[in-house]
Amino acid sequence: MEHYNMNLTLKVWKQKDGKSKGGFETYQVKNISSEMSFLEMFDVLNEQLIHEGKEPIAFDHDCREGICGMCSMYINGRPHGPWQGTTTCQLHMRAFKDGDTIVVEPWRANAFPVLKDLVVDRTAFDRIIQAGGYVSVNTGVTVDGNAIPINKDNADKAFAAAACIGCGACVAACKNSSALLFLSAKTSHLALLPQGQTERNKRSLAMVAQMDKEGFGSCTNTGACEAVCPKEIEITNIARLNRDFTAAGLAADVKG
Amino acid sequence: MNWSQLFTSSVGKKVTMALSGLFLVAFLLVHAGLNACIWANDGGVMFNVAAHFMGANVVPRVLEIGLFVFFLLHIIQGLVLEIQNRSKRKVGYAIPMGNKGSKWYSRAMGILGSIILIFLVIHLIDFWIPSRFGGLGQMYIDMSTHQIVSAGTPGAKEYHDLYGEMVYKFTNYPWISVVYILGVIALFWHLVHGIQSAFRTFGVTNHKYISILTVVGWSFAIIVCGAFIMMPISFLAGWIS
Ligand code: HEM
Ligand code: SF4
Ligand code: FES
Repeated sequence: MEHYNMNLTLKVWKQKDGKSKGGFETYQVKNISSEMSFLEMFDVLNEQLIHEGKEPIAFDHDCREGICGMCSMYINGRPHGPWQGTTTCQLHMRAFKDGDTIVVEPWRANAFPVLKDLVVDRTAFDRIIQAGGYVSVNTGVTVDGNAIPINKDNADKAFAAAACIGCGACVAACKNSSALLFLSAKTSHLALLPQGQTERNKRSLAMVAQMDKEGFGSCTNTGACEAVCPKEIEITNIARLNRDFTAAGLAADVKG
Repeated sequence: MNWSQLFTSSVGKKVTMALSGLFLVAFLLVHAGLNACIWANDGGVMFNVAAHFMGANVVPRVLEIGLFVFFLLHIIQGLVLEIQNRSKRKVGYAIPMGNKGSKWYSRAMGILGSIILIFLVIHLIDFWIPSRFGGLGQMYIDMSTHQIVSAGTPGAKEYHDLYGEMVYKFTNYPWISVVYILGVIALFWHLVHGIQSAFRTFGVTNHKYISILTVVGWSFAIIVCGAFIMMPISFLAGWIS
């Protein structure tokens, strides 16, 4: 594709800390290369702000290659911006043209409180995983990876679900601020494999209970999560979790 | 996990919505089927006899109690769910996502449900209350010939003239027909999302089945809501009288 430079107007959410009110600031950036990534464009802007003696914009990022899930930006009304199946860090400036105005907001959900500017606290996800998103294995000698036969279809589905990077775009996109796409990806990649069966029931019950405690909403199958997920996690994982959870809830043997 | 933890959890609430929703879907089929009797165009004989059966026989009366319980459950749970879900994002976006990723009717289930609720209240006041608690005219039908006869004719049976009420309301008050049609349109979109969504809630993951269930949902909504809409139109247009 032809290389080009562009001048842009950016409207970015600025907020001092969790307690402050926050609001939009408008910035101009010049000569942005179409080959730059979206975060590189932010680097250019922050350099410019530092030169002007102003405070740079705080934003989360780590790997910058689409695997860590840190780069939470809601760009022009869509988590991770306009490209399908792409994280903010992998979004490139050729998605925009000269003279565009780009509005950047943090993820919005009570369960993801804003810490500063575009940085939100996503530790609620960590606590959901801690509640049951694992398999317990007694250590010993390394087991032969191929000792348990697994059918290809399940292996593929488990692998696709395991691609979730915990970025939170699904929550950001959902009108109910539901975390069910994330949660169901984390239960499905284990539920589809033999090693995940032992704790299958306990896992779905504990993780949903934790999700509800964190203040996420309840899924109504709108499909916005699947549409924006940078790893294209399928909404059918939610149906699998619904089934697992209901079966586990009905089967749970408790007194009273 | 005990019963109350199960049904008050976020996923448990979906299950209640889906179960009660599908029960209501079954009810709609029965309701539309009964009402289709008006197209017999026999002055309301078949319709009034059918409506009488639904009001007099013990089986539909017991089912009617279940219907009310499920309606209340679905409505209260639906409204609570909508309010709770809206409260989970105190600070909203400056630029809403809109239709990027989801359909308007999937996001509007609470609003569509509320329109249906308003319609439902009007509907009950119009027809159900008079048919159960009096206020309707009478019709006398000779059960051997299925003809309308005058009072006192030997062999005539007395029926509430619910059909007459329908003719009267729909032909004399066009605004009632408008309210009906709007209510049914809301129901249409509610069903288009609701039917396939209920099966996802029950755990259908297979793409082949999901696509057929989506088609079933659309077809059901088109047929049933189409039938309901054609009722006031049939009276207004004078196709039946
Ligand atoms: C004859 C009338 C009705 C029928 C047949 C019906 C059917 C359904 C169905 C099948 C669902 C899908 C459940 C799921 O997604 O798992 C649903 C959801 C819903 N209904 Fe109704 N409904 C009716 C009336 C109402 C009314 C009166 C309200 C009142 C407020 C309402 C509010 C809702 C809400 C908020 C949902 C969304 C819940 C969700 O998607 O999880 N519905 N309905
Ligand atoms: S499911 Fe997709 S959108 Fe949600 S956290 Fe995982 S990768 Fe991000
Ligand atoms: S910075 Fe790691 S996924 Fe974007």
